Amino acid sequence: MRSIVILAVGFLYATIAFAQTPVTLQLPAGFEAKQVAADWGRVRHIAVNQNGDLYMKLDRLKQGYGIVRLRDKDRDGLYDDTLLFGDYTGTGIALGNGFLYASSNKAVFRYALDKDMNLVDPSKPERIVHGLIDKGQHGSKSITLDNQGYVYVNIGAPSNVCQVKDRMLGSPGMMPCTLLDSAGGIWRFRTDRTDQSYGDGMRYATGLRNVVGLDWNPVVNDLYVTVHGRDMLHQHYPEIYDAKLGAEMPAETFYRIPKGADGGWPYVYWDHLQKKKILSPEYGGDGKKQGAPGAIEPLMGFPGHLAPNALLFYRGDRFPKKYREGAFVAFHGSWNRSPEVQEGFYVVFIPMKDGKPVGDWEVFADGFTGKGKVANPRDAMHRPCGLAMAPDGSIYVSDDAKGMVWKIDYKGK
Amino acid sequence: MIGLHIAVLTGLILVSSSVSSQGLNSATAKRGRILYEKHCASCHQLDGNGVPRLIPPLTGTDFVSGYKSRLIRILLEGLNERIVVQDEEYYSPMASFKHLSDQQIADVLSYIRAGFGSGATVITVPEVSAQRKKLK
Repeated sequence: MRSIVILAVGFLYATIAFAQTPVTLQLPAGFEAKQVAADWGRVRHIAVNQNGDLYMKLDRLKQGYGIVRLRDKDRDGLYDDTLLFGDYTGTGIALGNGFLYASSNKAVFRYALDKDMNLVDPSKPERIVHGLIDKGQHGSKSITLDNQGYVYVNIGAPSNVCQVKDRMLGSPGMMPCTLLDSAGGIWRFRTDRTDQSYGDGMRYATGLRNVVGLDWNPVVNDLYVTVHGRDMLHQHYPEIYDAKLGAEMPAETFYRIPKGADGGWPYVYWDHLQKKKILSPEYGGDGKKQGAPGAIEPLMGFPGHLAPNALLFYRGDRFPKKYREGAFVAFHGSWNRSPEVQEGFYVVFIPMKDGKPVGDWEVFADGFTGKGKVANPRDAMHRPCGLAMAPDGSIYVSDDAKGMVWKIDYKGK
Repeated sequence: MIGLHIAVLTGLILVSSSVSSQGLNSATAKRGRILYEKHCASCHQLDGNGVPRLIPPLTGTDFVSGYKSRLIRILLEGLNERIVVQDEEYYSPMASFKHLSDQQIADVLSYIRAGFGSGATVITVPEVSAQRKKLK
């Protein structure tokens, strides 16, 4: 157990930390939020095990470690035991089939759990995937599992819209976009093999600029993702997109992803107002021309730049009936809607049945910024980034600005 | 000493007593502000504070207030390497802005240095021209 730091977080510390809770979340009637973890820094994705253990993936090391497990040993509703392990930063974390999976921006690891849900050896994970592209931009690797022994890994495109010179005014789009050979999609790997890389897995879906939220839908047994759409429409093409349209466009998107699907990036973007795949101006588009006829359409579009960082299908029965089979999406909040105020910084709910939305999305949890609307994301006190469901049917929301985690539970009748 | 206070943006006030002594006149400030809003603010934000994890702040860094030549070169060539600003690592690429004229680059950088670089000195057109000549 060397290289493992175990900290007993005392009740006093917990009391002080929670007494300083700076924000009150706004939730639908009957729901309550309780802060269950505080001050862990860049808490990206999270997972909750069947015994209530909370795992957090950190994007900045804390005391040299990038994964935190919080456990409530005395079952009083407060975490009283902390385990730090994993010497790498990253975003992805998932639980399944007796293993914990976690990702750096280049690799995916797994840790065996014993029958008591303890880590067999947190200092010796198996590296199941390695050598994934990480050029900084869109480098985070989100992961999810199906029920067939596969792990799905997002490999974001290290580019805005595959221009010859990224984000350069007037630079044309590459045709074809060769980045798609190794990024801009979802890759699938076996969970039970070590040291796989591109040649060992399959490109499960392509034309997805940067998926950060992804989850396996247990109702219809399919992969679903949320995608961060492109930037710079107004900045580079003000004659087509005024500032307001550039703030609103293109949509952030929610897709069902059949095997082999193409989302159309970089050639098109989803216009949620026209409900069409519009040709990117770098590829000759004018805001009206359509393109990529073979690409799939999203199930839903959200206003531009809100940054959907986590997707969670509600598998529980603790929440009221309308939440069953539905999806929660955590929006990190925008940075490039100026001169409009920034938007997002909330968790939304999408009602669904049989894998399809059956109504509009609605804000489920709000108030994370601590101060209403913000002009700059740096002004937001908290930014939602990860979602998980606990075995009791409550859901957890993480924040990668200050490192908080809230448990949201239903207390109504 | 021109005793003007130029309110350039909500939340950002250039105090001319420190600015004008460094030679930033109101015409340059106005041109610089317009250029900043058009080309820079969408990423670096109107208040110059950047975006956590993505875009470095222009405030409180010697990338802005330090060597003029380095700052001019960043605008002309763009930036495509990891940098550390205020103890944070940033890796998003910045595009080249060499399509702007020497005058425009001088104006916007003077505006940025005065506003976000704690009243650092202006950048002149010849200083931009000299760096542009060194580009290959």
